[in-house]
Amino acid sequence: MSDAFLTNLTFYVLSFCVIAGGIFVVSSRNLFHSAVFLVFTLFSVAGIFVMQHAYFLAAIQVLIYVGAVAMLMIFGVMLTTQLTNVRLRHVNEQAWPAFAVCLFFLGFLVYGLWDTPFKISQAAAPAEVTRAIGTLLMTEYVLPFEVVSVLLLVALIGAVVIAKKE
Amino acid sequence: MLELRGLIDAIWGLISGLLSGLGFSPNLISLIGYAIIAAVLFGVVALIVLFLVWWERKVSAHMQDRLGPMRVGWHGVIQTIADALKLLQKEDITPKAIDFPIHFWAPVITFVAAFMVYVTVPFGKGLIVSDLSVGILYIIAITTFTVIGLLMAGWGSNNKYSLLGGFRSAAQVISYEVPLTLALLGVIMIAQTLSLGAIVTQQDTIFKWYVWRQPLGFAIFWIAATAECNRTPFDLPEADSELVAGFVTEYSGMKFAMFFLAEFVNMFTASVIAVTLFFGGWMSPFGPDFGPSWLWFLGKTLFFVFVLMWFRWTYPRLRVDQLMGFAWKVLLPLAFLNILLTGIGIYIFD
Amino acid sequence: MAEATISLNHYLMLSGILFTIGVFGVLTRRNAIAILMSVELMFNAVNITLVAFSDFVTPAALTGQIIALFTIVVAAAEAAVALAVVLLIYRSFKGINVDRINFMKW
Repeated sequence: MSDAFLTNLTFYVLSFCVIAGGIFVVSSRNLFHSAVFLVFTLFSVAGIFVMQHAYFLAAIQVLIYVGAVAMLMIFGVMLTTQLTNVRLRHVNEQAWPAFAVCLFFLGFLVYGLWDTPFKISQAAAPAEVTRAIGTLLMTEYVLPFEVVSVLLLVALIGAVVIAKKE
Repeated sequence: MLELRGLIDAIWGLISGLLSGLGFSPNLISLIGYAIIAAVLFGVVALIVLFLVWWERKVSAHMQDRLGPMRVGWHGVIQTIADALKLLQKEDITPKAIDFPIHFWAPVITFVAAFMVYVTVPFGKGLIVSDLSVGILYIIAITTFTVIGLLMAGWGSNNKYSLLGGFRSAAQVISYEVPLTLALLGVIMIAQTLSLGAIVTQQDTIFKWYVWRQPLGFAIFWIAATAECNRTPFDLPEADSELVAGFVTEYSGMKFAMFFLAEFVNMFTASVIAVTLFFGGWMSPFGPDFGPSWLWFLGKTLFFVFVLMWFRWTYPRLRVDQLMGFAWKVLLPLAFLNILLTGIGIYIFD
Repeated sequence: MAEATISLNHYLMLSGILFTIGVFGVLTRRNAIAILMSVELMFNAVNITLVAFSDFVTPAALTGQIIALFTIVVAAAEAAVALAVVLLIYRSFKGINVDRINFMKW
């Protein structure tokens, strides 16, 4: 009973953190607060990954998303502060129609996915997940792996060239 | 001999027996167990860090041919506790124009991230809180998380010195993370595992320590770790003469104490990783059963912390552009070279 | 021993809600970086779905985890380039309010 109780509790706490963080990201007036809530959300998503036995992916999520992407967002926020005394609305004039559309979209998603019979398999996850991922990356998925490394190189050079001061 | 694991198991047996005798459900007992483990881990690391603060002052003093704290207790041992008590009762001055939530949570994030590393550190034989299968990756990920705290401190203080200090600190930390991770990759390639407990068990005797097989890796790691801890020669972000006090300018009292302690915890973390991955962790040089393992661990880590303190009073400070140039133009290619050589070595010798 | 009752549907619901929150952010926020943050939320929702499917449908083959790994990498590359573009826009327009940046030549 202890295991199931703890698992359920963990899932509900983590999903509450994810959803609350997400809501604060999109609705906070202060952009820096949005960025910090993004960090909080990404960290909670890493927790969700741990619950789904994806330990390597959870560590990579914290390392890359929190440690690099969110920090890039924070740097971007700090470097593009608009110093104006006018209190701008942080959402545009289509906020309420957008809200209605999003609710409809969510309903549609849930309706489509809820009763679909997915083939749940009873196989066990591999014991050493990092080793399994490493092997797969080098055997079955080696082409996407190489393509993605070229993509990263291109993005690195492109970002430096685009943002260079003339 | 004086192994702690047996003692800890006995004490926990007593406590859980008492609690279940009092009628607590097994759920609650395991939750209480987790809370106790967390408190004990925090207490142990905090005690070590308090000792390190005193030791830094003594080591710095003797290297500068003076005596350091001598009044409070024998040779000033209780000085840190006196300082902590003083900081606790200092007034918490916060400027009016700060962004209060950001300013408030920055030291919390830095402090918590610094301590979270110790969950997977083997303090002795059987003394790991949780031997994660992705141990070393977890540690690297949590140390990247600390940067967010620095940036929040710099921004939340609404002060140009803090902002610049925060920027410089963050840039330095993220630049040196890359060679640090790549240097550790060499050890992981040889050890074939990410789990810290397994890596220590593989280094049975002094001839099997990974530092002999990865000398370049250790050198790169140690330099990068010194930079990560913002210690001299890389301590421009905290240089008093340059930026007032860097990103901690607007912090006083307990919040400043949290940043200060977090820096020492990071120093201890750097030595702990160096010892665990390169110098055998809690293993004595002659094998796992030669003397108390936690004592070997403490001895080795304290030696490396001493080396960090030694650096501070030996080397001059690097300028910001020299620092960044060094990371990207020297350490990073060397780290790649190290991985290449390690790969070739593994292919030839295995 | 009661079984844990977290099923695939729970994770899909969670990721659906997170994705919808991201879509709301992209549709309504006026600051370009806030839109980028909402796009990151959408990426994360997709990753949760992929890993959930990997955990329940193909646990041994880890297909979803590998795809989620590639998604993380591509998202990081995209965030870097997008922020470089935003910085460039900030220099020309002195602001990044997307309502104002609506002409190709001034």
